[in-house]
Order: sequence, then C-alpha cells, then structure tokens
Amino acid sequence: MNDMSTIERGAKLSETKVSARGVNVHYGDTHAIKDVNVDISNNNVTAFIGPSGCGKSTFLRCLNRMNDTIDICRVDGAIQLDGQDIYDKRVDPVQLRARVGMVFQKPNPFPKSIYDNVAYGPKIHGLAKSKSDMDDIVERALRRGAIWDEVKDRLHSTGTGLSGGQQQRLCIARAVATEPEVLLMDEPCSALDPIATAQVEELIDELRENFTVVIVTHSMQQAARVSQKTAFFHLGELVEFGETGQIFTKPEDPRTESYITGRIG
Amino acid sequence: MQEQHIASAFDRDLETIQARIMKMGGLVEVSIMDAARSLETRDEELAEQVRANDKAIDALEEMINEEAARVIAMRAPTASDLRLILSVTKISGNLERIGDLSKNLAKRTGVLAQMPPVGDSPAAMRRMAREVERMLKDALDAYIQRDVELAADVIGRDHEVDQMYNTLFRELLTFMMEDARNITPCMHLHFIAKNIERMGDHVTSIAEQVIYLVTGERPEDERPKADVTSVSL
Ligand SMILES: Nc1ncnc2c1ncn2[C@@H]1O[C@H](COP(=O)(O)OP(=O)(O)O)[C@@H](O)[C@H]1O
Ligand SMILES: [Mg+2]
Repeated sequence: MNDMSTIERGAKLSETKVSARGVNVHYGDTHAIKDVNVDISNNNVTAFIGPSGCGKSTFLRCLNRMNDTIDICRVDGAIQLDGQDIYDKRVDPVQLRARVGMVFQKPNPFPKSIYDNVAYGPKIHGLAKSKSDMDDIVERALRRGAIWDEVKDRLHSTGTGLSGGQQQRLCIARAVATEPEVLLMDEPCSALDPIATAQVEELIDELRENFTVVIVTHSMQQAARVSQKTAFFHLGELVEFGETGQIFTKPEDPRTESYITGRIG
Repeated sequence: MQEQHIASAFDRDLETIQARIMKMGGLVEVSIMDAARSLETRDEELAEQVRANDKAIDALEEMINEEAARVIAMRAPTASDLRLILSVTKISGNLERIGDLSKNLAKRTGVLAQMPPVGDSPAAMRRMAREVERMLKDALDAYIQRDVELAADVIGRDHEVDQMYNTLFRELLTFMMEDARNITPCMHLHFIAKNIERMGDHVTSIAEQVIYLVTGERPEDERPKADVTSVSL
C-alpha cells in the first residue's frame, strides 16, 4: 500500500531539471561540500535542511555559480541544467543567473521605485520591446509575486518603503521577471513575521506551477509545508534525499532522524 | 534508548505519556483477570470492583489524548516522535475498549449468578481470558522495549484465541439444542466469549502499533479470519 499517497498528492510527475554529480566545494582549506549527488526535479519545491554551517547555502550557490564571485571558493564536479554543464567555459554566468534566479534571506530591494526594481532585470536582458511591453512584464511579475494588488497604485514609490513581507514578495517578483526556469531561495522567510511567512509560503506553492524551486530553510515545519522533496545536509554531506512526507515520518538515516526530531543541532 | 531532545521538556512530556499508557495497561490487565474470576466464582463483589475500576481507565484515556494533542500542537513532532504520539492515542483507545469489554463481562456475572451452571464453559472462558491477558502483558512489554519480535508473536497468538472462541461457540450451540432452557445462559456465555475474542483483536492492534512505532511500517497482510462462526450458522 502506498501510504504516502495523500501526503505526496501535490508532487507532480516530473523530470530532472538540475543534476549534480560528485560536487565538492572548498573555501581555501575548508571542505564545505563533500561529494554531493542529487537530482532536482521540474515543477517541484525541493527543500534543503540541516544545521547551520552544514553547507546548504554553499551548495545552493553552486546551482547558479554565485560561488564564482568568492575568490577562495573552488567548485569541482558536474552540475547540469537540462543536461547542459553550467560550468562549461562557454556558459556566461550572467545569462545563467537569468535562467536560475535567486532570492535572499534579507529582502534586498534596490533603492528605486517598485516598478524599476522589477523592470531592472528584463531591461538588462532586453526582454521588452516597448514601454507597454515592459508594463506588461512588470504587472505579470508582480502578480506572480502575489503583491500586485497591494502595490498597483504606487508603482512609482520606493520599494524600500514596503513592509518586510512585501519587500520579500517584491524581490520574488523581481526574480521571476526575467522568466527564470529555476528559483533558488536562501531562507527567504527568516526575516519575516508569521503572517508574511504564510503569504510567501503560499506564493512558493503557486510558483512551482511554472518554476523549479529550491529553498534553503532552517524551519523544518516550513520544509514540511512547502516542499515535495527534502534534502538533509550534515557536515557538508548530503545525508538523505527523498519525498518530504517520507523524510518527516520515516527518515532512513539516524542522523536525519536526530536532526528533525530536535536531537542534534 | 534514544538520544535526548535538545528541549528536555519534550522528553519529559513523552515519558509522562508513556508512563500513563503503562499504568492504563496495568489496570486493564487486572480488569480482565478480575472479570474472568468473578464469572467463574460468581463473585458479584469482585464484578462490582471491575466496573468501578473502569472509570479510572476511562479517565486515563482522556488524559493521554489531551496530552498527546498538546504535544502535537506545541512540539510538532516528526519521525519516531510523531509515530510515538500517533501510537499512544491508538493504544489508549484499544486499552479503553478492552476495559469496556471487560466491564461488560463483569456485568453478566450478576445475571449468570441467577442461573444454573452450564457445562464447564466458565473455566474455558477463564482460560481464554487468561491467554488474552498474557498477550496484553506481552504487547505492553513489547511496546516499552520496542521489541518487534515479541509484538509479532502476540499477533500470531491471537489466532489461538480465535480457535478457543470457535470451539466454545460450537459447544454452546450444542447445549442450546439439547435443552431450550439453556438458551438464556448460553446466550450470555456466548456474548462473554465473543467479548474476550474482541479483546484479543484489540491486543493485536496494540502489537501492530509497536511494529509501526519501531519500523514505520504497518504489518502487511491481513491475517486469515479465524472466526468462522459468521459463516457456520
Ligand atoms: N564566503 C565564505 N568564505 C569562507 N568560508 C565560508 C564562506 N561561506 C561559507 N563558508 C564555510 O562553509 C561552510 C558551509 O557554510 P554555509 O554554506 O553558509 O552553511 P549553511 O548555509 O548550511 O549554514 C561553513 O563551514 C562556513 O564557515
Ligand atoms: Mg545559509
């Protein structure tokens, strides 16, 4: 009998979007990620959980080559997006980051208008042919960020004047404006109150219709609520990766069990 | 057994709930034995004690369920903690039902005391009750020791209880056919036997919870139904 069927009914049949093989990351002498293999599937939310310092953010940043910007960071192994090696010399990291967008822990809108925050990416990547084209892109992104109704009458006031939760949804709108395929989120709710958190979680669930979402969270309840797949990292290793329902009811590795039941930090 | 939680109050909550399950289990064991003995010796005073005892069992069930709800709300248990909480609510439900069935046995003591004895069925009932009570003791031991093998053994033994019930059923049927005046006492005796057989099913369910708690798997195949009386009439 498949007793996970009700819990996993949200999971779609899906294909591998991002695949990592034998990934190792060093910061100088620090071995931060140790031989990680993982397949992240399309149109699903995958959560990365694990104690602080276990390498969640490091691994997440490998997926859009954000680690390139850190001098002492060395990434080895293979990461493919739709079967294409993203560390290939011919891949332009800026173009890659348009396909693999990122949302950070602290909402970080630019000190510009709400409209310009969202229009910035599409402008750089030349996605709009005209002003009205851009208006459409901005509206569509703000709607996908579930914040359109709250800001449509003040598109030209500054983004930093919004509440924390609104700012984070604006940042999500900004990230989706370039039509990325994958959305990486690093603890996107850790600076938000419970209501704003619930709104962002609701939004994440809607986003997986169109995007592949990977979220780092230190809240196990959040991982359980928003994700279909969960990966548990510990000391740089990927200890266990599986259906979220299975991880939270019947984890296979004792380290996963200890962590999610609150026995190890 | 397992490492401690970082939040030590969580460990204390789980220990308290399990201690209550064991207390409840102990009361139910006594209840089964007293009810069976009261039947055999037609001891109405002992029967009354069983009925009074049942109130304490019910109160414990309520307490366990309240505490389980609190732990779920406050600690959002996962993995083995979650399975533990789910299993205590189920087990306390099973124990409460066994207590009820036992009380029902005791109630019939008074009725039977007014009638002539039929055969030696009360002794057979006591053997059956004795076996169920042993199974319960083992199921609770299996629970506390997280002993999957012992739990599986208990599940297997329920088959024997079903066989005892089938034998008694046929015997009672014979008595009733021999003499219509036996019908009333035999009907009571049959209810008693059926109740003990039902207790065995609840004990089996407790043993299944032990397996789920430890392995995360529910025991697979439904046992072949050994109670044939539903089709043998
Ligand atoms: N920019 C950096 N320079 C040096 N070491 C780093 C840097 N970022 C992370 N680390 C180290 O890599 C390890 C993993 O960190 P991180 O990926 O931030 O973990 P997490 O996100 O799970 O808390 C830690 O030991 C951390 O100190
Ligand atoms: Mg981090």
